[in-house]
Amino acid sequence: MYAYVMRRIVATIPVMAVVGIFVFLLLHLTPGDPAAIIAGDYASPADIEKIRARLGLDQPVHVQFARWVSHLAQGDLGVSIFSNLPVSKLIGQRLEPTLALCVLTTILSIVIAVPLGVFAAWRAGTLVDRATMVFAVLGFSVPIFVIGYILMYVFAIELRWFPAQGYKPIGDGFFPFLRSIVLPSLALATLYTALIARISRASVLEVLTEDYIRTAQAKGLSSPVVLMRHALKNAAVPIVTIIGIGIALLIGGVVVTESVFNIPGLGRLTVDAILHRDYPVIQAIILVFSGVYVFINLIADLTYTLFDPRIRY
Amino acid sequence: MTMRRLQSAAVALAFGVTTALGLAPGAAQAEKVLRIVPHADLKNLDPIWTTAYITRNHGYMVYDTLFAVDENLNVQPQMVGDWSVSDDGIVYTFTLRDGLMWHDGDPVTAADCVASIQRWGKRDGMGQKLIQFTKELVAVDDKTFTLTLNEPYGLVLASLGKISSNTPFMMKQEHAEVDAFEQVPAVVGSGPFKFVKDEWVPGSKIVYVKNEDYVPRSEPASAAAGGKVVKVDRVEWVYIPDPATTMNALVNGEVDLWETPAVDMVPLLENQEDIELAVIDPLGTQGWLRPNHLHFPFNHPSARKALLYAVNQEDYLRAIVGDPKLYRVCPAYFICGTPNESSVGVEALASVDHDKARALLKEAGYNGEKIILMQPTDIPVLNNASLVTAQVLRDIGMDVEVQAMDWSTLTSRRAEQKAPADGGWNIFHTYSTGADVTSPIANIGISGGGTESAWFGWPTDAKTEELRDMYAREADPAKQKAIIDELQGRLFDEVVPYVNYGQWFQPVAWRKELSGVLVSPVPFFWNIEKN
Repeated sequence: MYAYVMRRIVATIPVMAVVGIFVFLLLHLTPGDPAAIIAGDYASPADIEKIRARLGLDQPVHVQFARWVSHLAQGDLGVSIFSNLPVSKLIGQRLEPTLALCVLTTILSIVIAVPLGVFAAWRAGTLVDRATMVFAVLGFSVPIFVIGYILMYVFAIELRWFPAQGYKPIGDGFFPFLRSIVLPSLALATLYTALIARISRASVLEVLTEDYIRTAQAKGLSSPVVLMRHALKNAAVPIVTIIGIGIALLIGGVVVTESVFNIPGLGRLTVDAILHRDYPVIQAIILVFSGVYVFINLIADLTYTLFDPRIRY
Repeated sequence: MTMRRLQSAAVALAFGVTTALGLAPGAAQAEKVLRIVPHADLKNLDPIWTTAYITRNHGYMVYDTLFAVDENLNVQPQMVGDWSVSDDGIVYTFTLRDGLMWHDGDPVTAADCVASIQRWGKRDGMGQKLIQFTKELVAVDDKTFTLTLNEPYGLVLASLGKISSNTPFMMKQEHAEVDAFEQVPAVVGSGPFKFVKDEWVPGSKIVYVKNEDYVPRSEPASAAAGGKVVKVDRVEWVYIPDPATTMNALVNGEVDLWETPAVDMVPLLENQEDIELAVIDPLGTQGWLRPNHLHFPFNHPSARKALLYAVNQEDYLRAIVGDPKLYRVCPAYFICGTPNESSVGVEALASVDHDKARALLKEAGYNGEKIILMQPTDIPVLNNASLVTAQVLRDIGMDVEVQAMDWSTLTSRRAEQKAPADGGWNIFHTYSTGADVTSPIANIGISGGGTESAWFGWPTDAKTEELRDMYAREADPAKQKAIIDELQGRLFDEVVPYVNYGQWFQPVAWRKELSGVLVSPVPFFWNIEKN
């Protein structure tokens, strides 16, 4: 097990290296010039050239790459071209909102979707099952920003239960924090609830036809016990897989949600950095996201052993 | 345990819980906080290093200026207490007023101001012109400095009181001596607000607190001039990129003022009884259709004149603004409604004549060659203007290739002087605030300095440069106006550095709890009261 974990961690190094090279080259070969954006619309071409030289952007790409890698090897993610602030500080400022959004979304999705999916499978073909499937299709089909605006209109503008936008750090108090994060989490959770509920239903439905379920029922076990102890546990591997994929997909979802609800998270930071060609920030964020992606996959793989003793690493 | 102890314990527990939950009334609630949604995110802090308007606005919060313009565009002293000029117009003497302090507690000195003017003079067009005419700029004592010219120059005060980018903000000498192409390492101003760096979250929030040590002038506030009296404790700029979210936040009372409401939100805001909507910038914004003067066909004056006959400002303004209350058809190069407005030579732009445009294109030798028009899809105004131009050019017989890109790509591509077929371009659109184009010195779009010093598009015309110099030397407003007339005639008849596609006015929206919002081309946050 430990050897497997170590192998997986070591295997991330070449993955991250490829990501780093790819992102660096992609950024530097894409049109766009941070020096021109920094200088502003009314700067002269000569001024832009001087700023480019000061930033070292006039040097060959391989020189810039070597400099970046050398700093990275020392744990230095660089400095934002625009704000002059260390990238690690910028990421640190944005980590809490994104993490809070992802955690609450994941909790909401799992808490709602798994029981819903199991229940729909148990009552397959009934109105409950069809209603669940309608919800799942809607959850997939309606864009997050549409759900976001609807929630904002109903709960912030009309009912005034929640703020329309913004984020309160947990340090400002738990209730203000929770009020600021509920609507964006609900908006984002709709998609993942639909996804997980659908997979849960399909997995449990498949397991419910197995002989050991029939045996459990024949032994006189109650339906909740059959569902939770026998069906759900055996259907857990695909559900865990889809939860893992869902968490990784959240990285994309937070970009839209953070923009709609004005949450100062990593998603917004990424979009801003791309629009302004803030190379050090983009490179660092993509590396961080890649690391998170690899880590989540590792956790999902390890979780399989909890549900299925036949799986060994 | 007695009943009294139990009660005390219960009160203490309740206090602890409410504090932990963030429900306890704190000092923050007693503060008057003004929450603004600015037009852009503040990404850098040095208003000399960049010409970005958001950094200029930040500059006005924390720095101060020697002179400033009032709402009638007259230059008034701001940090300067007394000033004089010698009879021959060569030596200007400036004395700083009492009570000026940097945010770190040091007094503002004449040496700080000399260094600040020199740094600004390395970056700004008007600053460079002023330095070009300056023989000597020296501090006489702690509060007095002199500026000695080579020859009389009519724009000394107008330059030092320049309201828009780059505004000559005064900085501490140690910062003003930093290379003009590098950012200053810290924000230490002497202005009415102090920047709170620890609370700055780029892309989200910028915080300023009232500078309790600031001594405002005694005159009433008027645009950038007069007393900068701060009537709130704290100003927060909350950057919200999404217009629908911003509108909801304003309606909900989560923010107090929205600097640039999207034009399609204006009718919705007009129906909100808690919201005030007004145009506070009387100069508005001017649209520019910029042809590339280096390459065929717009290297030929007739092709550029064809654009004048092709463009109908009304079409553009309807496409980008819509509401006639918020725009004005204005062919003048130096903005309608200012002393430099001129009607000389405007006939070609004021009349729409596509037959004439086709004839002029033929005269230029145009025969169906491909024209590359850069379309920035992420800026709605410029996106719409580009689409109108594409149609207009097709109507007069041009073969237009519209290349969609984001603004960042465009700003990089427009610097290319290569032929359009090799990665260059023929046309792009931009706009400029009125405050930046009223003077022929500040208006970089009309510069005829070619590849050496003109702005992207590189018009080349020695006569234009000569007239701009004449304007700069002249101090008599009547003679300056005569030069403006001649210059504008030249621009329309020969040069056509850009085609002005109209003037429009951006409304500002604020909650009715606010009062004292100043009329000005730049948004200022002193003088505003929150009830």
